[in-house]
Amino acid sequence: MNLRVGTDDVRSQLRNPMKLARGLGSAKSGVGHWWTQRVTAAALVALGIWFVVTVLCLLHADYATARAAVAKPWNALLLIAFVLTMFWHAVLGLQVVVEDYVHTRWKEVVLMVAIKFLAVLGALAGVLAVLRIALTP
Amino acid sequence: MADTQRPLSPHLQVYRWQVQMVSSILHRATGIALAVGSLLVVCGLLQLAAGESSFERFRQLIGSPVGMVLMLGWSWALFYHLCNGIRHLIQDAGFGYEIPQFVRSSWSSVIGSIVLTVAAWAWVLMAGGAA
Repeated sequence: MNLRVGTDDVRSQLRNPMKLARGLGSAKSGVGHWWTQRVTAAALVALGIWFVVTVLCLLHADYATARAAVAKPWNALLLIAFVLTMFWHAVLGLQVVVEDYVHTRWKEVVLMVAIKFLAVLGALAGVLAVLRIALTP
Repeated sequence: MADTQRPLSPHLQVYRWQVQMVSSILHRATGIALAVGSLLVVCGLLQLAAGESSFERFRQLIGSPVGMVLMLGWSWALFYHLCNGIRHLIQDAGFGYEIPQFVRSSWSSVIGSIVLTVAAWAWVLMAGGAA
């Protein structure tokens, strides 16, 4: 039986060649990124329309009315969902833009980390604001 | 921009102008604008949570000429990214790749976004002047 599956070099390391290939393909985790971007997009179609209609209806409302509207359970829930999905989708989209136009590795990494920090802070601040409004009588 | 010496494929300057190109570029541009605008949404929520006086200040900022221009731009960016996003989702499902369909759907995104923006602002102005 022939046991030579890779080069002698690989065999001498007692490693399966798969070990060297895994995770280094051009796609990396691209399919996951692609799908998440589409699923968050589909969610944002519904949440975005809901958000715009809600804001347009509250445009001329006074402070107490606006606050009471956000405090309603359904509105608070959808608003939190909107904020989280929006930032998630934004990070995925900006990542594609950064990868396309920033060709220096360290700049790409620094920019992506900065974007993610900002997005997480933004999402947390938004959720915290809605919770404060919804949970304070 | 690139520090590497690799040759890059020809970019925008070699193509003749066409609507498919515009719809694609606008999708990116509005996406970036909306990412910045998302901070505005959070800002509004924080001011609403902070109390009446800070929310009124935020409202005055939005209602100022600069704020109104920003809101006009933001609303169009949102409507465009929404229309063209739905178009992309349909294309991702495998439909609309014939060239005439592709051109038509590109125009639909552009025109649809303008119609929606005008409708939203007509509603704003008819419901009692600027916020």
